[in-house]
Amino acid sequence: MNHAFKTTAVAGVTAMGLLAAPAATFAAESLTIVSWGGAYEESQRKAYYEPYTEMTGTEITQVSKSANGLAGVRSQVEAGNVTWDVVDMLEGPAIRACDEGIIEPIDHDEILKPAPNGDSPSEDFIPELGECFVPEILYATLFAYNAEMFDGDNPSTVKDVWNTADYPGKRSLQKIPAGNLEWALMADGVDHEEVYDVLDSSDGVGRAFNSLNKIKGDVVWWSEGAQPPQLLADEEVSIATGYNGRFFNAQVVEDQPIEIMWDGQLFEVDGWVVPQGKLTDEVKQFLRFSTDTKRLADQAKYISYGPARHSSAPMVGKHKETGVEMSPHMPTNPENLKTAIPKDAVFWADKGDSLSERFNAWLAM
Amino acid sequence: MAQHESATPAADDVMRAADGKPLKDSLRRSMRRAKTKALLLVAPLGLFILFSFALPIADMVKRSFYSPEIQNVLPETAELLGDWDGDGLPPEQIYATFAKELAQADENRNVGVVSQRVNYVMPGARSLFSGTARKLGNVDSGPYKPAMIEIDEDWGDPEVWSILKREAYPITMAYYLSAVDLRYNAAGEIEAVASYMQIYQKLFWRTLWMSVLITVMTILLGFPVSYLLANLPVRTSNLLMILVLLPFWTSLLVRTSSWIVILQSEGVLNDVLVTFGIFSNDNRPQMIYNKIGTIVGMTHILLPFMILPLYSVMKGIPPSYLRAARSLGANPVVAFVRVYVPQTIPGIGAGSILVFILSIGYYITPALIGGSSGQLISNFIAYHMQQSLNWHLAAALGSILLFVVLGLYYIYNKLVGADALKLG
Amino acid sequence: MSTDDAFVSFSEVQKSYDGETLVVKNLNLDIARGEFVTMLGPSGSGKTTCLMMLAGFEPATHGEIYLDGSAINKLAPHKRGIGMVFQNYALFPHMTVGENVAFPLQVRKYSKSEVDERVKKALDMVRLGAFANRRPAQLSGGQQQRVASARALVFEPKLVLMDEPLGALDKNLREEMQYEIKHLHEDLGITMVYVTHDQSEALTMSNRIAVFDDGIVQQLADPPTLYEEPINAFVAYFIGENNRFYGKVTDMNDERCTVELEGGTEAKIACKPVNVSGVGDRTTLSLRPERVKVNPAEGECDNVLDGTVRELIYLGDHIRTRASVGDNDEFIVKIPNAQGHASLKRGDQVCFGWAAEDCRALDA
Repeated sequence: MNHAFKTTAVAGVTAMGLLAAPAATFAAESLTIVSWGGAYEESQRKAYYEPYTEMTGTEITQVSKSANGLAGVRSQVEAGNVTWDVVDMLEGPAIRACDEGIIEPIDHDEILKPAPNGDSPSEDFIPELGECFVPEILYATLFAYNAEMFDGDNPSTVKDVWNTADYPGKRSLQKIPAGNLEWALMADGVDHEEVYDVLDSSDGVGRAFNSLNKIKGDVVWWSEGAQPPQLLADEEVSIATGYNGRFFNAQVVEDQPIEIMWDGQLFEVDGWVVPQGKLTDEVKQFLRFSTDTKRLADQAKYISYGPARHSSAPMVGKHKETGVEMSPHMPTNPENLKTAIPKDAVFWADKGDSLSERFNAWLAM
Repeated sequence: MAQHESATPAADDVMRAADGKPLKDSLRRSMRRAKTKALLLVAPLGLFILFSFALPIADMVKRSFYSPEIQNVLPETAELLGDWDGDGLPPEQIYATFAKELAQADENRNVGVVSQRVNYVMPGARSLFSGTARKLGNVDSGPYKPAMIEIDEDWGDPEVWSILKREAYPITMAYYLSAVDLRYNAAGEIEAVASYMQIYQKLFWRTLWMSVLITVMTILLGFPVSYLLANLPVRTSNLLMILVLLPFWTSLLVRTSSWIVILQSEGVLNDVLVTFGIFSNDNRPQMIYNKIGTIVGMTHILLPFMILPLYSVMKGIPPSYLRAARSLGANPVVAFVRVYVPQTIPGIGAGSILVFILSIGYYITPALIGGSSGQLISNFIAYHMQQSLNWHLAAALGSILLFVVLGLYYIYNKLVGADALKLG
Repeated sequence: MSTDDAFVSFSEVQKSYDGETLVVKNLNLDIARGEFVTMLGPSGSGKTTCLMMLAGFEPATHGEIYLDGSAINKLAPHKRGIGMVFQNYALFPHMTVGENVAFPLQVRKYSKSEVDERVKKALDMVRLGAFANRRPAQLSGGQQQRVASARALVFEPKLVLMDEPLGALDKNLREEMQYEIKHLHEDLGITMVYVTHDQSEALTMSNRIAVFDDGIVQQLADPPTLYEEPINAFVAYFIGENNRFYGKVTDMNDERCTVELEGGTEAKIACKPVNVSGVGDRTTLSLRPERVKVNPAEGECDNVLDGTVRELIYLGDHIRTRASVGDNDEFIVKIPNAQGHASLKRGDQVCFGWAAEDCRALDA
């Protein structure tokens, strides 16, 4: 009896092993994709990963480590054990990673799909195409405020942010120099088109820090993208910088009394990079699929980041959940672009280290 | 009988075993088996410590002064720069070699490794290198010196070359200098960095004094709790012990976040203070995202590390000591201070060492609720590991921290004696 | 209740820890100035609790304790001026011997020179003058005990309490220290209250002994009285060795009573009535082993019973003999190792005889 049971069990396990074997081979057809987590990665999952898996059967493993993306890619390449296939990264770190040779150069026109009207990718993408970088969305870091915290007028310009007398309450800024220095100069009267010219000199950097000094005592510093909407909702601060997609989510989806201020929006490009040695046909297929005109437009149904292709813009429709018309919430909407600052990725790649050192020293003072 | 005789000292004064072999040899042989067994038993742990602890630390210390990027990517240039006297601009030969190797590096796509390395000491070097490397493709023949100065006039700046010469040598103190707010100036002398760039000395001091403060706070808060634990009836003290250990079973993030709920300006504590009229509603004190937040959060999280050793020491102090002191005429305060407290010194010592060493390297709490003024040195090590990717500087900061802790431990050992430690 | 000449007086003292049972039941005890009184009893008998109440570490639940004429119930321990030696000495491990002895003087704010002088004197008194700079842990048990005594005596307390101070020592040292403490007491003329569960220690040292059992002082008397004239079965059993018989009083006058033993032997024993009230009472007879004669001459003893020798133990100065007498198989006789003593063998049939006044009829 006992013996018979054992035999059956062994047979069963063996059979299961045999069945599992092809499944395992099949599962090896999988991609590990690193992104930022939160609502953003969710939008990618719905717009890219799920249709891609449906189309090809390739499983996608999500890793939410883009916050330390460059450090991760570098240590994996240095250790000779790269496990990430595609990494979502900002343009600045991508430039740096490309220089260091730890991510793959990409021939955009060969790999990516042309626009429906036949324009080549290098014509159709809005930003200039970097050597190793596939743009995906344009997103903005900008100011938002809690409209219930102001009795009179709501703030509308960067100068108002610096005006704590008329617009009381604490401010929340990101604990990095990028953005803060540009806005500090704008608050000090520099035109949005000239901030990088001024910042390029040592005097200009001093001017920016002097301007920041004026509100330093009123600032709560944030480091995670989820913090600013929370700080606004809790009325811990009255004005905060943050990612426009996060603010959109709090304002439209969660119905918080949060309003976005488009003056001085600092927009930059986010996209895909491929770590060294990972530019396989599978990865190429994924990049081609996920950055075609339709997919990029699809992502905007889930989050208010602007698609990086000209040809996607007309296809952006309504928000999937709330039915809100998305185009007024896009950083790429011409109305919102009037006083925008395109983030100078090359400037920050060059000067970022020393400005960060100085910024940290300034913070610690 | 014969055995007895042979065990007595022989003529040569060597103690011998029954078989006439020297006693020492016999002893050694009989112990060898036991020793081998003991060694085999600890071997897995030894290997684990070697690979997870000793080697990474050795690698960190090596990284803090060994930085061979330029030598690796531009080997011939590095060698020529080493021989060059460093006066004015280098000769054409160096320009030519540099141009050749830079173009080669551009092809190998590792210019970034070098340019990033130089960018740390010379902001802007990144685009200087990569721009030059790209344009060198158009330069087919020498002389390279004017061609490179044509590409970017920085190549005609002697300072750029003296920096390159200095950074080309793989062993450098530059990271240690950065880690204490010093740098090499153009003449290669050590000088303080500009005052608006100084940060690390301040951070080391802040880390030290805040760790001392947190240690003192845990002593002040932990002592009464440990005393209760050691002296209450078992049932009550068991319950109290669970309350002490409860934080250990809760996620660090949850504990830290609950301090945000309590301490933030619209938080529970502030609401209470405003309700009782201690502060006006417009003038709520900032108790989080600054030093106060770090100190409160870390004191809370590290408290068990003080309580447990204190408790185990106090548990071993019989109540008769206090009674003896009372009967000898000491009032309760004198008896406590002169008789009880001195006997808890081993516990205070052990707890302090634990809390101090933990807090000196603490990272997560200051990162979450320390704001900018409550950041500790470990937050900057993490910053350089993950954000700026200046791993050499992170290694130098980490090494300094390691040496400081070892130094403090050495002093502690001299003063109190590590054998007096009682970790429970 | 307190008598005016008593130095220490417990008056109707009761103590309960849990509010349900009394650990000390209605204690009345007077101790004269200069007296050495021992509280003797098995563990849990309440003797240490009494000492702790006297020292002030435990409050009395009911009743009053007087010291030198004044009630001390509400007086804090450190204000009572009582020196105390603890079971494990409680020498402060972080202080030297000298610092330990100086401690009571320092907390009393004596001048530095006076402290030094007295410490030296106290250490010399216990022959430890050379050890002032040692730590307690570096001393032997006997030396630690002497330091504890010196520390308890150095501030010239009115009263010294000792809580089983020799319990941790081995037998030889313990005897030596007993004499030493006795001599200290005699030399200094100080009042001492001593707690022990060791009866020979109590007999050696005390002026009077209070035998505790079940929260009650069973008997308070000087050592000879306690040994020779125990007033109840517990004291007789607890102090020294004794042979017990159980029986019923059949005849009784002031001097004598006759007891019929239980267990079917129906032997009648003449004995001294101590704790029996009349004919018909059940009683425990107590007889010291050294008062038994082996094979007494005809008419020499009031009582004679036959017995069988079961076991002989040679102890040097006497031979301890166990025999069966009546239904008692544990009848002990001490035969002194004197010239011409009876030499017995196992299984011998012998007669055991004893005087009526050595056999005390106590409570059942």
